[in-house]
Amino acid sequence: MSLLVNTSRRVPVGRLVVYGVVLVVGLCLMFAPFLFPDVRAQEVAARICVFIVLVASYDLLIGYTGIVSFAHTMFFGLGAYGTAIALRTMGPGFDAILLGGSLGVLAALVLAVLIGLLSLRVKAIFFAMITLAAASVMMVLASQLSEFTGGEDGMTYTIPRFFSPANTLVEDADGKALRIFGVALNGRLALYYFVFLSSLFLFLAMLRIVASPLGTVLEAIRENEMRAEAIGYRVVSYRTAIFCIAAVIAALAGILRAVWLRYTGPDVTLSFDIMLDVLLMVVIGGMGTMMGAVIGVVIMTLAQFYLKDLMEAGASATADMPLLPDMLNPDRWLLWLGIVFILLVYFFPAGIAGTLMGKGGHK
Amino acid sequence: MTKTISDTFERFGGVFLLPVILGLVAFLLIGRPSTWVTLTVAGLAMGMMIFLMASGLSLIFGLMDVLNFGHSAFVSFGAFIAASVLASLGVWVTGGSAAMNILALMAAIAAATAFGALAGWAFERIIVKPVYKDHLRQILITMGALIVAEEIILMVWGGSPLPVPRPAVLTGSFVFGNISIEVYRVFAFLLGLAVYIAMHFALNRTRVGLLIRAGVENREMVEALGFRIDRLFIAVFMAGSALAAMGGAMWAGYQGLITPAIGSEMMILVFIVVIIGGLGSIEGSLLGAILVGLMANYVAFLFPKMSLASNMILMMAILLWRPYGLKPAVKG
Repeated sequence: MSLLVNTSRRVPVGRLVVYGVVLVVGLCLMFAPFLFPDVRAQEVAARICVFIVLVASYDLLIGYTGIVSFAHTMFFGLGAYGTAIALRTMGPGFDAILLGGSLGVLAALVLAVLIGLLSLRVKAIFFAMITLAAASVMMVLASQLSEFTGGEDGMTYTIPRFFSPANTLVEDADGKALRIFGVALNGRLALYYFVFLSSLFLFLAMLRIVASPLGTVLEAIRENEMRAEAIGYRVVSYRTAIFCIAAVIAALAGILRAVWLRYTGPDVTLSFDIMLDVLLMVVIGGMGTMMGAVIGVVIMTLAQFYLKDLMEAGASATADMPLLPDMLNPDRWLLWLGIVFILLVYFFPAGIAGTLMGKGGHK
Repeated sequence: MTKTISDTFERFGGVFLLPVILGLVAFLLIGRPSTWVTLTVAGLAMGMMIFLMASGLSLIFGLMDVLNFGHSAFVSFGAFIAASVLASLGVWVTGGSAAMNILALMAAIAAATAFGALAGWAFERIIVKPVYKDHLRQILITMGALIVAEEIILMVWGGSPLPVPRPAVLTGSFVFGNISIEVYRVFAFLLGLAVYIAMHFALNRTRVGLLIRAGVENREMVEALGFRIDRLFIAVFMAGSALAAMGGAMWAGYQGLITPAIGSEMMILVFIVVIIGGLGSIEGSLLGAILVGLMANYVAFLFPKMSLASNMILMMAILLWRPYGLKPAVKG
């Protein structure tokens, strides 16, 4: 109700800014192959697409429902590993992606149901610890069952020929790939748009979930669990349901990641660093807003790819001073991120999008 | 019938029988007494070291409803400080008389513990205090602090594994027939036991302990009776952090080679222990730690690949049986 009053009385500048930024990001991603043709920028764009899905699905848990889970990368990894193992054993083909991906998603769903039913009735803090333990066991399993998973090294595999740069989508007169604005219409482009459109679809689906009655119930549970229970909603069922939905979406994002990278290993899917990244992205962007996920991912990813260069420059510029070069060492960028993170949680618990849009994710 | 069984179970010690049962089952599976004794001693020693790390976390949660995900940072710092102190003492550690060895070891453990207490005080004031009563932000902020702490360790000590010199008096092993027991393990077990007895005494026989237990039971009531429970909490937080650092120092000596990941590796086990034992009780922590320590060593011998997963399965099973852990002091 208060929301309605707010929007009608004054122009919601912050809200417009957030939507504007998200729109610009969306357009940039949509035309990324044409705007930023170099290979590194394409990596960044694809990573942003996949992580928007992953982070938004995590936001469904932490921001909308108030569940703190550390097992999100476990589901992400299940999708990626399912696809990767199928592609390696069955050879490159869409049937392998379909079969392996579905098995990965199914495994994620089963695990999510088990964890959810077993432990979502306990306190938030217990749940956080249980998911942390589950995720680390999965990590150990992935590195120990090396005959299936490739262990610490992970595994590389080939993806269907349709997605390879050698495949031409539209041929010109010479039989080469047709170029539009200097960009060849080859399989690599098709792969990018496969990743982009799938991510877009998943993101829109999540927007729909959030706007549905289910989303409202989830927010009610976050705000006051007892009251939601008293009104007659089965809190445990709703929590388990959203935990499963988020797990499935994370696993789907994992499939996209596996197909795009043509490599799957603990470092890119399962590791605790990825979980920290996701957590930082959600908090920086703003918990409890889908738009925040987009903003958080873009800022963090750009920082990861380009801030290190900046720190390198800083470290060499201050090389004569004590301690400073150590602190500016590009390997220490997590130190600064951690400090920024702590300050954000203190002063802007609603994150960038949440603060701009003037509605707190959490009180 | 079931009722009779459970009554008998309770009469003979209830959940405290679990480690004994585990030991008996393992004895049947392993078959060779000498191997079994070695594994059991290793398990008990490991359990006691984990107990040091877990008890503080459990008490901190029980008293103030604060779960410190940064707890493992104290373990890491304790390990690295102890390693540095031992390395700097040189000949005191490697040669000389037993008394010098013991002194050097005491110095290392004391340095780690003192640092843990000081860092705990700073941590509580700066990081935890602003976010009391907000679980989500607590988890996030202590996680952020953990990142910063790990980066500081990387900055100061570097990323490569650091060897930890072990005092000469604690190397080697006792030999009885064909059974050999490492001296360090016995030392770790005795130290853990001493800390447990001290904590048990402090909690059950002193006035401060009474207040802490009352605070765990019902904080508002204790506050209403006029006690400054926030001061009590700082003390408990410092003690918990100091214990974690002490556990880290002991663990460093046990491992002989430490990396900055030592804290986060132990943290999983510590969480499992706290969950199994039930939050807020040191008896529960001790029980959970011994169960986890024994389980880890038996399974590592019987089915090497299952080692960590076994503790996870143990946790799941116990949660299904007792959703709040074996000996919880906090209900719900």
